[in-house]
Amino acid sequence: MAVSTLPRHSAPARPASRRRTPVSNRLRRNLTGHGFLIGAVLCFIVFSWYPMVREFIMAFQRTRRGTTTWVGFANFERISNDPVFWQAWRNTIYFTVLALILGFAVPFFVAILLNELRHAKAYLRILVYLPVMLPPVASVLLFKYFYDPGYGLFNAILKTLHLPTSLWLNSADTAMPSVVIAATWMNMGSATLIYLAALQSIPGDLYEAAELDGASLWRRIWHVTIPQTRLILSLMLLLQIIATMQEFTEVYLLTGGDGPQGSTTTVVYLMYQYAFSFNNLGSAAALGVILLLVLVGFSAFYARLSRARD
Amino acid sequence: MKALRYRKFAAVSLAVGIGLLGAACNNSKSDSSGGSSADGAPLDPNAKVTISVDCMPPTTKAAERKEWMEDVAAFNKLYPNVTINGKDGFPCEDPAKFTAMLKAGTEADVFYSYFTDLQTVLDSGQAEDITKYVNNKTIPALDNIDPAVMDGMKDEGKLYALPTSNYKMGLIYNRKLFQQAGLDADNPPTTWEDIAAAAKKITALGNGAIGYGEYSAQNTGGWHFTAQMYGLGGSMVSDDGKKAAFNDANGKLVLQHLYDMRWKDQTMGVTQGFKWPDLMKNMVSGKEGMYLGAPDDITYMVQSLGGNYNDYGMGPMPGGKTTLSGGNDYFFKKGLSPDQIKAGVAWVTFKFLTQGKGQFDYARTKADGLPVGLPQPLFWVGSANDKDIADKSASATIPVANFKPYMSTNVQPKVEPVRAQEIYKVLDNAVSAVLTDQHADIDKLLSTAESQVNQVLANAQ
Repeated sequence: MAVSTLPRHSAPARPASRRRTPVSNRLRRNLTGHGFLIGAVLCFIVFSWYPMVREFIMAFQRTRRGTTTWVGFANFERISNDPVFWQAWRNTIYFTVLALILGFAVPFFVAILLNELRHAKAYLRILVYLPVMLPPVASVLLFKYFYDPGYGLFNAILKTLHLPTSLWLNSADTAMPSVVIAATWMNMGSATLIYLAALQSIPGDLYEAAELDGASLWRRIWHVTIPQTRLILSLMLLLQIIATMQEFTEVYLLTGGDGPQGSTTTVVYLMYQYAFSFNNLGSAAALGVILLLVLVGFSAFYARLSRARD
Repeated sequence: MKALRYRKFAAVSLAVGIGLLGAACNNSKSDSSGGSSADGAPLDPNAKVTISVDCMPPTTKAAERKEWMEDVAAFNKLYPNVTINGKDGFPCEDPAKFTAMLKAGTEADVFYSYFTDLQTVLDSGQAEDITKYVNNKTIPALDNIDPAVMDGMKDEGKLYALPTSNYKMGLIYNRKLFQQAGLDADNPPTTWEDIAAAAKKITALGNGAIGYGEYSAQNTGGWHFTAQMYGLGGSMVSDDGKKAAFNDANGKLVLQHLYDMRWKDQTMGVTQGFKWPDLMKNMVSGKEGMYLGAPDDITYMVQSLGGNYNDYGMGPMPGGKTTLSGGNDYFFKKGLSPDQIKAGVAWVTFKFLTQGKGQFDYARTKADGLPVGLPQPLFWVGSANDKDIADKSASATIPVANFKPYMSTNVQPKVEPVRAQEIYKVLDNAVSAVLTDQHADIDKLLSTAESQVNQVLANAQ
């Protein structure tokens, strides 16, 4: 009698996902995972999601004499009537545009330059990244000294070169560009390294082919570098716009927030003023909701545009 | 298997730990048992009460901390069953943190604030009405306290706080620079014309000397605009608080003075955009001649910035019609038991409102190496005021003569306008404009600020 060595076939097993197991069993099996997850989830709930939900609720509430009431869109109406509201939006958009011109383009071209270098590439990379490692407050205080119209470094250099000096942060015309220059210097290291990583992933034969075709440096950048890094450029552009629309730290520390004649009052600084100077948390929340909606709207528009282009 | 168990144990421990941490963070409520009789009666010494009180000096301020602990011990001899849980912090109030604490209801049982915070605290619903707990029995020196100061703690006739210090703004000046410039350091200028003339002489010293300094950022420009308006006899808002009242001859004069000193006389330096405490730093650096401030600015300059009392003097508010006043007080958290409120009143009275004790124990202050002689607080009236001056002079450690011009001129105090911070923010723009724009149009600036403040006031209705 032959004894079969083949494994005995039983009924085919049902896919695990289809298997019906009590919830308690599944929980017990994944206890470790859930246990480790709970800390992060709690942090998100307490410090991110709950404040967001609260902000939406508070935007429609007003507290007077300890009594909180629902006021509909009154907070939104109130802030839109605030004379500083539109100025803050204009300033924020101005900052964003300037920060894009400087903060988006400069790191990209610095990255291209670093990528083209044959020597001392590593040292220069460290040099470019160094400002990111400085605490933001230290960097800002450094620039505050540089910008001082009396004894600051920038005016001293201009004087040495017999060039006209500037009031920098002390003039409504130059305050915002001065803030942008400082912000760009402080933050360009990270962007440069990201662009550099993207540039290094471009196959070298594309450049060789372009060179054989007689393409100049500018044409190589335009026809090879930019198309090849479009994805990362798009992502960085989106992140940069979102970050610059929330500008607060640099203006608060460099100009005290408002700047000469309110020239550096940004939306987030106005929000801070509502909450902590005027104790009007409802209006601050309403302003936060407006900013959130603007950024979500912009991101959606941008995503659709990118998809259409692809 | 063992490793798996360990991981499970670690994960569960982590989760439980986070839960316990959350529970631990939850504030425990103060207890109170025993009980006093009528609301207006002082605290029964047998009542067992625990209260938390903020603004206890931190350990970095060793002498002040020592005095606080001594006062708690002395207080406990009178009320052995009262536990004072001091909450330290410096500065006592960080406005942003204070607002957040009010919203969360996490302030101390007896909490420190500025006079100007009354409406903020009331809007947050965090203050207890203490009217029925305050009388001559609970605060024996009550009648000796300036009624105007006590009125500043009231809203619609109800008392919500007890004052601990108050001030009137004036002109702080650098005596050293005055002497170097050939000015009389014992007779500081009292009008804006005199200030402009003195500023010219100080600036002429060169070496970076600036005649006069002014704030213009983070609402401090509007704050000082208000102080100058008051000095000239003006007001920021109409009597009913519904309309702006600064777009007048006084308002123009304030901005014109600043403009002239900045651009015509060039006695204010090129760097502007100052905010608190930049002008104090400039004063301590020995480069600034004059600015507007309160007496405790000088304490800050000496204790925190390394200045010297001998170098500074103080004169009355230029113009001298009225002067912006302010100060500090203690509120009582909503929901405290009657005994907790009584214990808080008893503590604040002992520490801050009793001559010869607590902050008015000048002999001890002197022995501890702390300054005695500053004209602050100045809420005593009548014979109590005379006694305070005498006590202070007997233990004075700073040159009190430097404050004589300030003390000898009786300028009437005037409180801040309604919606003060929002109005100050608007006026910041006008002040910063005349200090940073040589072509500033003062009429236009005031007119714009007026319509903006009217909007602020309309929004508040």
